[in-house]
Amino acid sequence: MNQDLYTAAMNTAAGTLLLSAVLVVWRRELRAMVMLLACQGVALAALPVVDGIAHASAEVIGVGVAILALRGAILPAVLLRLVARRGPARRGPARRESAPVVGTSLSLLITALLTVTAFAITRPIVLLQATVGSMAVPVSFALILIGIQVMATRRRALSQTVGFLMVDNGITSAAFLLTSGVPLVVELGASLDVLFVTLVLGLLARQVQAHFGDSDVGRLRELRD
Amino acid sequence: MGTATSAGYGSCVTDMTSLLVLPVAAPVAAAVFAAVCRNRRLNAAVAAAAALAIGACGLLLAVARGSGPVLALGGLLRADALTAVMLVVIGSVGAPAAWAGIGYVDQEVAAGHTTPRRVRLYGVLVPTFLAAMATAVSAANIGVMWAAIEATTIVTAFLVGHRGGRAAVEAAWKYVVICSVGIAVALLGTVLVYFAAVQAGIPASHALDIDTLLAHATALDPAVLRVAAGLMVIGFGAKAGLVPFHTWLADAHSQAPAPVSALMSGVLLAVGFSAVLRVKPVVDLAVGGGYLRTALLVVGLATVAVAALMLLVQRDFKRMLAYSSMENLGVIAVAAAVGTPLAVAALLWQVLAHGMGKTVLFLSAGQIQSAHGSSALAAVHGVLSRSRLVGASFAVGIAVVVAVPPFAIFGSMIAVGRSMTEVGLGWVLAVQGTLMVVAFAALASRTVGMLLGEPEPSAPAITTPRSISLALVIGIAACLALGLSAGLLAGLFRDAGLMLAGVR
Repeated sequence: MNQDLYTAAMNTAAGTLLLSAVLVVWRRELRAMVMLLACQGVALAALPVVDGIAHASAEVIGVGVAILALRGAILPAVLLRLVARRGPARRGPARRESAPVVGTSLSLLITALLTVTAFAITRPIVLLQATVGSMAVPVSFALILIGIQVMATRRRALSQTVGFLMVDNGITSAAFLLTSGVPLVVELGASLDVLFVTLVLGLLARQVQAHFGDSDVGRLRELRD
Repeated sequence: MGTATSAGYGSCVTDMTSLLVLPVAAPVAAAVFAAVCRNRRLNAAVAAAAALAIGACGLLLAVARGSGPVLALGGLLRADALTAVMLVVIGSVGAPAAWAGIGYVDQEVAAGHTTPRRVRLYGVLVPTFLAAMATAVSAANIGVMWAAIEATTIVTAFLVGHRGGRAAVEAAWKYVVICSVGIAVALLGTVLVYFAAVQAGIPASHALDIDTLLAHATALDPAVLRVAAGLMVIGFGAKAGLVPFHTWLADAHSQAPAPVSALMSGVLLAVGFSAVLRVKPVVDLAVGGGYLRTALLVVGLATVAVAALMLLVQRDFKRMLAYSSMENLGVIAVAAAVGTPLAVAALLWQVLAHGMGKTVLFLSAGQIQSAHGSSALAAVHGVLSRSRLVGASFAVGIAVVVAVPPFAIFGSMIAVGRSMTEVGLGWVLAVQGTLMVVAFAALASRTVGMLLGEPEPSAPAITTPRSISLALVIGIAACLALGLSAGLLAGLFRDAGLMLAGVR
């Protein structure tokens, strides 16, 4: 693979990561958010696949394929099953985010600020290693910050899970952009953990719905000092 | 002569391998056993035996330890003085807590609060939880340590929500969300350490091994490591109940079944903090001792302050115990910031004593709660006159965690205080001392209100199942023994202190 093509592929993948994160902030339909998360998973898997082809490393390509299966298919499928359980209406209120804590335009403004912050705090890393990958590391940090923003401002259990998975995608992408991924045993452990956390959050979301009649976690106010 | 030495060394290594593998294998076997066997009391006894095995391995590792760390399973597992101490802590809290699970589940079944499926889940999850913690403290690779700590969140999610109902579900949800995000922050820190290590020319396959990192610490890029260390303190601090990700703690501890609260408060918080202690020497060597000292002082003092204030306004006795755990972990973080060998030895001593004290406290609080059907402080008076065992256990537990002599935390407070004045942190001693007096007053006055006084005529009797009585009696005896006979383990704690002490 020649250098120009490699650079273009890496930059496209990184750009898609950031774009999908911004679109998650914009959309309020739960199904659309999950689909965007799946796109993000595919873009994330593209990083090791491109890297693996460029360096002719079968192991890195293999990791990329595993990431694609987990983050592009399995995790979104787990979340889609949760959306599907929410009653038959295609566009019913249960399929959308509840009344927003922060309005859409303000959310997008915060997202822009967080992205700028991400570029600022990653300076020491970009300075240490000026490769195509590390130049894109601000995108990973932006993804993490936007994920935390989604968790903080959305009230549905499912939206919060999407936010958590965006944080995790951001961290995984940082690992692939900076190095060619963490050692296999660590990657395996981290992937298993994220799968289990998603399953646990899904089960708990169902319990929240059963007990509170709604998956609006803003209603969880029984416990306080 | 040479042959004899190497033969002796060889047999020593095989012994050490089993001592390292057993703490992980024994609870895994207990979990598998619980999944197959339908006798829930036998399952709990097996889990308690597995916990005892963990503690025994910790003690044997302490006795047999040489000068350096021991590796096993192709370098996956690693033991040093910190590992030995933490295994002893896991064992000494895990055994009574797992045993008391017999009484807890019996009570739930008798009250019709639970289903056979939930009972079975409880039996499997408790030993799995022990296995995850044992893995976390004996991992040779900080990435594996991270994965094991994250696994504790997954395993405990259903234990926190085990009692069912709105409050328990809410606590479980908040617990998983906050801890997962916190621990994700620590993963980012781990990734950055890996990046710095690969940049420094360390081969990728060993770049997260603690020994390799220690050997090459001075070659790591300080700017990247500063970011990484900050992220790891915040992230692993979330599992240790330190500010700013501390908000899950009181909810989870107050809703979890009593034996699970004991495990979470007594060991899980300490395991989270041991991760910070694990990376601290590497960071100190790479960026100088001042950086983590400042970070831990800020986080520790803020945690003690938040806990003291929340104790003042507390109206729920299980939440009160949770904030007392936060206070203790804050004090422990400050002691780690002080960082002299004496202070580190003292903080590990406090970890052990706090774990034992909290086991007794949460188990007795669980009985008070199940008698009253609530954990509101206002409803509970005259516990001592209704059950001498439960009342006495609660009193002893509070005395342990607020550092009353002769219990062990008093001694570690003196040691840390002395270290603080030695390294010129007298102002920290003053601030922390004031906050601890506030916490002491809040805890003592509420405890007196609960234990003494005339119970209302309508107050329910406090009964204790035999298994929980036994766990309480053993727990009290262990607290006293630890306070009175510090000498037996002193060598181990001194070595751990020397190993982890900060860079001057």
